[in-house]
Amino acid sequence: MDASTLITASATDLAAAIAGGEVSSVEVTRTHLDRIAAVDGVVHAFLSVDEEGALAQAAAVDARIAAGEQVGPLAGVPLALKDVLAQKGIPTTAGSKILEGWRPPYHATVTQRLLDAGIVILGKTNLDEFAMGSSTENSAYGPTNNPWDLTRVPGGSGGGSAAALAAFEAPLAIGTDTGGSIRQPAAFTGTVGVKPTYGGTSRYGQIALASSLDQPGPCGRTVLDTALLHEVIAGHDPKDQTSLDAPVPPVVAAARAGDVKGLRIGVVKELGGEGYAPEVEANFRATVDLLSGLGAEIVEVSCPHFEYALAAYYLILPSEASSNLARFDAMRYGLRLGDDGTRSTEQVMALSREAGFGAEVKRRIILGTYALSAGYRDAFYGSAQKVRTLVQQDFTAAFARADVLVSPTTPTAAFRLGERVDDPMAMYLNDLCTIPTNLAGNAAGSFPTGLTTDGLPIGFHVMAPHQADDRLYRVGAALERTLTDRWGGSLLDRVPVLAPTATTTEVTR
Amino acid sequence: MRSPDPRSSTVALSQDEVAKLAQLARIDLSPEELAHLAPQLDVILEAVARVTDVATDDVAPTSHPVPMTNVFRADEVHDSLPVEEVLAMAPDREDDRFRVPRILGEEQ
Repeated sequence: MDASTLITASATDLAAAIAGGEVSSVEVTRTHLDRIAAVDGVVHAFLSVDEEGALAQAAAVDARIAAGEQVGPLAGVPLALKDVLAQKGIPTTAGSKILEGWRPPYHATVTQRLLDAGIVILGKTNLDEFAMGSSTENSAYGPTNNPWDLTRVPGGSGGGSAAALAAFEAPLAIGTDTGGSIRQPAAFTGTVGVKPTYGGTSRYGQIALASSLDQPGPCGRTVLDTALLHEVIAGHDPKDQTSLDAPVPPVVAAARAGDVKGLRIGVVKELGGEGYAPEVEANFRATVDLLSGLGAEIVEVSCPHFEYALAAYYLILPSEASSNLARFDAMRYGLRLGDDGTRSTEQVMALSREAGFGAEVKRRIILGTYALSAGYRDAFYGSAQKVRTLVQQDFTAAFARADVLVSPTTPTAAFRLGERVDDPMAMYLNDLCTIPTNLAGNAAGSFPTGLTTDGLPIGFHVMAPHQADDRLYRVGAALERTLTDRWGGSLLDRVPVLAPTATTTEVTR
Repeated sequence: MRSPDPRSSTVALSQDEVAKLAQLARIDLSPEELAHLAPQLDVILEAVARVTDVATDDVAPTSHPVPMTNVFRADEVHDSLPVEEVLAMAPDREDDRFRVPRILGEEQ
């Protein structure tokens, strides 16, 4: 395989080539590191690259294969890790100045499982600070650019992970999804992103944003790659109280089958219409027709409380975030300012948090403090928790009529950098379709289904009941197979060629 | 601050109120930030207050997407993280402990 084949190949094919001795993991890893060096100066998907560590991990996998050891289905394949997951000894910032230079003394469970599976971690990817955002413009280290159009956002908060895939800097990536932070960037970059059922993947070692909503998940360029990665990171973790002690759904088998014959697909009436870009709507309708043509049964379902989900989310998230982010108090780790002997602990905390947090984080912490303050807690936070009940009831009723639910992933395709930074409500509306799933805790994914006339990707959103994550992959694989035939290749074959440039990405070792 | 019933609120969230919230959250906001943030928070609060439209007394609140139960690990002795690794990232230390600024402020 030559360099261009190595960076465009699927993770599945790369793993087979590595296991078969056709190419070494070191060679595959080196090629991706070279690609990052060549293009990340304009994409800025990575916050740090662990060149030495990645090559050492790759060499270890090569040695295991040479010794005849049985390795996992993705062994030796490189991956980009969202910088909100702890990796021992590697800078982990959550996109924030308050954690600049912090090196965790332990691995997140997801990180540990990747390493155990022989997956090579190239580096840490950019994100909206503490995963708060829908554009990756809120990173303290500067925005990530969308490889499809460098003047546009890649989505958020996992814009770095999604952009790394679309820029062919990594064949696999990990994201985290609190209100759509895996699925919305997948839609904006023409890639696949899945939020597993809440509790299906461990949150241990993930820097918490909103504990009842956060969930790590797999990102890939193909449905099968994503399913294989899902299987690697999923499963019970005794270190996480919210981890489900249940078998991992058969996601890989579903991705290989890709059959939707007889599947009941529910179109959510409330997720469409006014406020949705006509091209996004048209693509969605065409995709539903395509699934119908493949033998799925289409039904319309109503989820009347979804229209309140966004409001409930923007009360629950800041409330939990204001509590979770209280740990960044300048006492045990992170930034500390003003400790000159003249100030109290409280004053040092306030100075450090003022300097260490960005505007969106401050906005949400203060909103959460307000929503939880005496006299307002019942009206705001309490009411939002009731909406959560109603949204869950909507899902239960809808899943009684349909096996999966579908909608556009986002109301529009990728917007321009800077376009919505001063209009929080316009920014928050990006997450309209993805948020109900986080409130209810069920599984959902985004799959690429076309381009706008401007050449920007459009995503198709599929939602499944709790612990029925395999159904997402059934639908995704059926779409991928049919659309790839129709397009004569992958959608990502059409991503503009990025001109090599000097990188600005920090190299950690 | 506003009335506890968000539906009846018509008063804008003032800069003084935002300053008080920032103090509670231990964030030392600048006057410029207060001026910028207060109207934005007001817009957000107006938009999210609509949760009260459907949050009637007969609806039970849900705090979590899955039922929560206490999980206890076995009461077994095992190694914790090495002290040196934990303190390696501390802003300041004294011997084997985190060193923090003085606890009491001017007023205590």
